[in-house]
Amino acid sequence: MSDSVAVLGGSMTKFGQRDAWICELLAEAGSACLADAGVPPDAVDHLYVSNMASGEFEGQTGVMNALAHDLGLVPAYSQRVDQTSASGGAGIYAAWQSIKSGASDMTLLVGGEKMTHRSTAESTDVIASITHPAEYKHGVTLPSFAGLTARLYLEQFDAPRESLAEVAVKNHENGVRNENAQFRTEITVEEALDSPIVADPLRLYDFCPVTDGSAALLFCPVAVAEEYTDDYAVLSGVGGATDTHVVHERDDPTTMNAVVDSSDRAFEMAGLEPDDIDVAELHDMFTILEFLQMEAVGFAEQGRAWEQAMDGWTRLDGDLPINPSGGLKSKGHPLGASGVAQGYEIYEQLVGEAGDRQVSADAGLACNVGGFGNCVTTAIMEARQ
Amino acid sequence: MTMDAYRYEDGSISYPGHPRSRDGAEPAETIDLSECTGEVITWTTSTATPPGVRTPNTLAIVEFDVDGETVRALGGTTTDDVEIGQTVTPVYVEELREAGVGIKPADGPQEWDGYRFEPV
Repeated sequence: MSDSVAVLGGSMTKFGQRDAWICELLAEAGSACLADAGVPPDAVDHLYVSNMASGEFEGQTGVMNALAHDLGLVPAYSQRVDQTSASGGAGIYAAWQSIKSGASDMTLLVGGEKMTHRSTAESTDVIASITHPAEYKHGVTLPSFAGLTARLYLEQFDAPRESLAEVAVKNHENGVRNENAQFRTEITVEEALDSPIVADPLRLYDFCPVTDGSAALLFCPVAVAEEYTDDYAVLSGVGGATDTHVVHERDDPTTMNAVVDSSDRAFEMAGLEPDDIDVAELHDMFTILEFLQMEAVGFAEQGRAWEQAMDGWTRLDGDLPINPSGGLKSKGHPLGASGVAQGYEIYEQLVGEAGDRQVSADAGLACNVGGFGNCVTTAIMEARQ
Repeated sequence: MTMDAYRYEDGSISYPGHPRSRDGAEPAETIDLSECTGEVITWTTSTATPPGVRTPNTLAIVEFDVDGETVRALGGTTTDDVEIGQTVTPVYVEELREAGVGIKPADGPQEWDGYRFEPV
């Protein structure tokens, strides 16, 4: 076994509606990541490409081989990683395995998705195809799972509807500070509450947009990182877990079991507790997911995350800044890229390159969710000591 | 047409059925939920629906009590007037969404008929 795993570099493209196709997006982020780290292409042993559905969205498959060629990485080992919306986090897990096992001394991870050329209805259907056929035939969508769960959460824990709007307001405010975010406009609680209903009781501003984009991270053993720079982060904990495929079969719909399990494993590996985390990126595909993950990771007691959100605890100047990047809500959600972009934000925070949204952090956590909590990965990074 | 849940050798019940229970037990029998009544646990009305799906689409998670063991099912409702705690029963619908309009082929393994929930 090799020594600790370092995150040596990172990058992300502008998220939003892009003219570039998937291979161009991946190459943009991958090339920028290698440049950021000052690592030549021929040093890369393994390439992982996190991507959920380039075949379904664009009719383009084999994107890992295409990227290896485009970046001059041939004959590096390449692999596409699909774990639906958690593909990016699963890519971090795969990259960690490749370094920790000694199979690779330099692993490039690039996540990306091209979605905006399809209608929202078409994109929704591609994503909904992850559901069980017994769910799919009813026209269920991921947003409708969010509506079902949000209603239960608000009722069960006596939470005000405004608390969900506060999540959207905060993450839009953070997105203004992120030049790569899809939405860079602030909103108010009133605007969020007056926006059109999408999945009652949730409204338009409770949902992330459809997005094109790509992000990349570069991993190597700490000993190798020391040869390049002092500015790296350490990937000290990773965990992954699954929950039921059929969402309604879960004992408690307001508990994200796979988040509990994956974060427990990551904390155990890192030797840390939730209180040790200084900054977090959570998978706020829907505002309700920020509360559910806060509680499942251990940042809040069950049913109480909404109070902390309303008290400002999760804001940039709060006790635990959550989604300083703007989150999926404001930054955008190009499926395969999102988990990598979450990791990139934590990396930037830990090496002090987060600009206007920089917080004081020695340890950060990224939680990437596939489906409605169907498969989850959690990554914990720490600043170089 | 039936709405078959599986009872497994460990006593647990699931809808839909799976080759094994959550704890790995094999199926022992099927239980038809279509003649049962259940209680709405939560619901939503979706206005952003995929191709071939009615708009709006009100969905509910319903819990059934089968000999003291609970089992849940997700389905559309026959009305938008739904409440948590409401008692409902399944009613058969020949085409829940338009076959073949979305990403799945009309003549593939996906079933298109099934049950919606109607208040009792």
